[in-house]
Amino acid sequence: MERYWNAAMEKMPREQLRDLQSDRLKAAVNRVYTNVEHYRNKMQEKGMLPGDIKSVDDLRHLPFTTKLDLRDTYPFGMFASPMHEIVRIHASSGTTGKQTVVGYTNRDIDVWAECMARCLVMAGATKESRVQVCYGYGLFTGGLGAHYGAEKLGAVTIPASTGNTQRQITMMKDFGTTVLCCTPSYAMYLGETIKDMGYTPDDFKLQAGCFGAEPWSENMRNEIEAALGLKAHDIYGLSEIMGPSVSQDCRYQNGLHVWEDCYIIEIVDPDTGELVPEGQNGEMVFTTINKEGFPLIRYRTRDIGSVTYEKCECGRTHARMSKPQGRTDDMLIIRGVNVFPSQIESVLLAIGETTPNYQIIVERINNLDLMTVEIEISEAMFADAVRGLESLEKKIVSQIESVLGISCKVRLVEPKTIARSEGKAKRVIDKRQ
Amino acid sequence: MIKQLSVFIENKQGRLADVTGTLAEANINIHALSIADTTDFGILRLIVSNPENAKDVLRNAGFTVKTTEVAAVALLNKPGSLSAVLRELDKAAISIEYMYAFTSRTEDYDAIVVFSLADKEAAFEKIKKCDIKYVGAEVIARLDG
Repeated sequence: MERYWNAAMEKMPREQLRDLQSDRLKAAVNRVYTNVEHYRNKMQEKGMLPGDIKSVDDLRHLPFTTKLDLRDTYPFGMFASPMHEIVRIHASSGTTGKQTVVGYTNRDIDVWAECMARCLVMAGATKESRVQVCYGYGLFTGGLGAHYGAEKLGAVTIPASTGNTQRQITMMKDFGTTVLCCTPSYAMYLGETIKDMGYTPDDFKLQAGCFGAEPWSENMRNEIEAALGLKAHDIYGLSEIMGPSVSQDCRYQNGLHVWEDCYIIEIVDPDTGELVPEGQNGEMVFTTINKEGFPLIRYRTRDIGSVTYEKCECGRTHARMSKPQGRTDDMLIIRGVNVFPSQIESVLLAIGETTPNYQIIVERINNLDLMTVEIEISEAMFADAVRGLESLEKKIVSQIESVLGISCKVRLVEPKTIARSEGKAKRVIDKRQ
Repeated sequence: MIKQLSVFIENKQGRLADVTGTLAEANINIHALSIADTTDFGILRLIVSNPENAKDVLRNAGFTVKTTEVAAVALLNKPGSLSAVLRELDKAAISIEYMYAFTSRTEDYDAIVVFSLADKEAAFEKIKKCDIKYVGAEVIARLDG
């Protein structure tokens, strides 16, 4: 029998859900117009007033919000609550040096935990569950996001965070972990390591996993389910909107239920910005309608996907989005961390007198993402000593690590060896798909 | 002191042949050669009679090339001759980064040893005072005959 965390909300008839969305949207628009100068200016430029928004049908008339808006208002310019009401900050990579900073009030943390609790219950968790959270804890929303949801549910929450895989597995075994929260690539890696340590899935009590923060395929889902002996759920979220738990798939694994009482999803043509028909692919755009600290109106995620409002067998009425199918920009997700080629370019620019030609190669080796930056050596960089070149490589590695927060490999290559198309070098080779 | 060519090459099959092929086409003779290698790349070091010309040829072929200054010392082919040179350098407190040698027979000597020296400028001043047979660029230039 299907269980729900908040049956009244999760199974709310669509008519009623729509009325709730309209009410909350009006309040959200009013809030940002009153409290955030940037939104007020953008609406005024379009000659709009909050009163123009009468229902969700009017959402399409509002201006979009993009990563550029967040950069221009760095760090706190988009906050719609006074700082004394903000209780938490998270941050993710921006396209240039600056991070994207988001803020939460106590109520926001509570709404976030509610959505996460719904996801966990949707994956089959109960207050008897033991939830091991192996997302990173820190500015990244994964760790604390999953953690608060598991605690709200009343499950035993194990804040394992990332790293030390053998110890993670020992905890998983000794503590009787039943639910795992981590990135899908880490889940694969855990599966491999379990095998290497001589265990089988039967040695564990795992039942379900909420895996997200990076794109993954149905193939990977099958492999993870076999290697760990659990049901693997795809959980979606981004820090700008809230963090993990914006949407997740149910036991039918046929699309991710978006919690529509909190988030309105639209699919738009990335070029024209016009809405595309139901079921068609386009850019996923989110509006938060149940958030105080950092509400977003029509945020362009750059993730490509589709949405369906068809009834789901699980009984939930909330719309289902597809797995993200790609990006409209050149952002990469490596081990759950957002990486923009422009960030790597800024490091290289700071090292040489001119920006060398470079290429980012992402591979999945032993189920872990590996990023290699190949750099064409210039005469200015070249020296007769091996030591000098090796220390140059090390310097670039450590600077990229400090900017991105993830490790990488740097390889110096000969000039003109990076393939160019129409004179422009291809910046990213992603071999993971 | 003499000029050595340093060429950056990736650890890829055929790259060494590409460098030597480029030089062969330009009719440039290689007197000596040595490679320093790492996992991903190597530095090829060459002694040729006209290093500036060879540098242009390689650069035009797309290689990353630099000339570096090294010391060349002549030796006889008999036991203890290299040892005597190294003792002299040691006495003068000169540190060697790397070295390689090639045969070059004249009436006075049988081989030439190439030294890359740490703290180059000071080392070149010191080496002039050592009791060794120092070889200049003009000798290398005449090797092609």
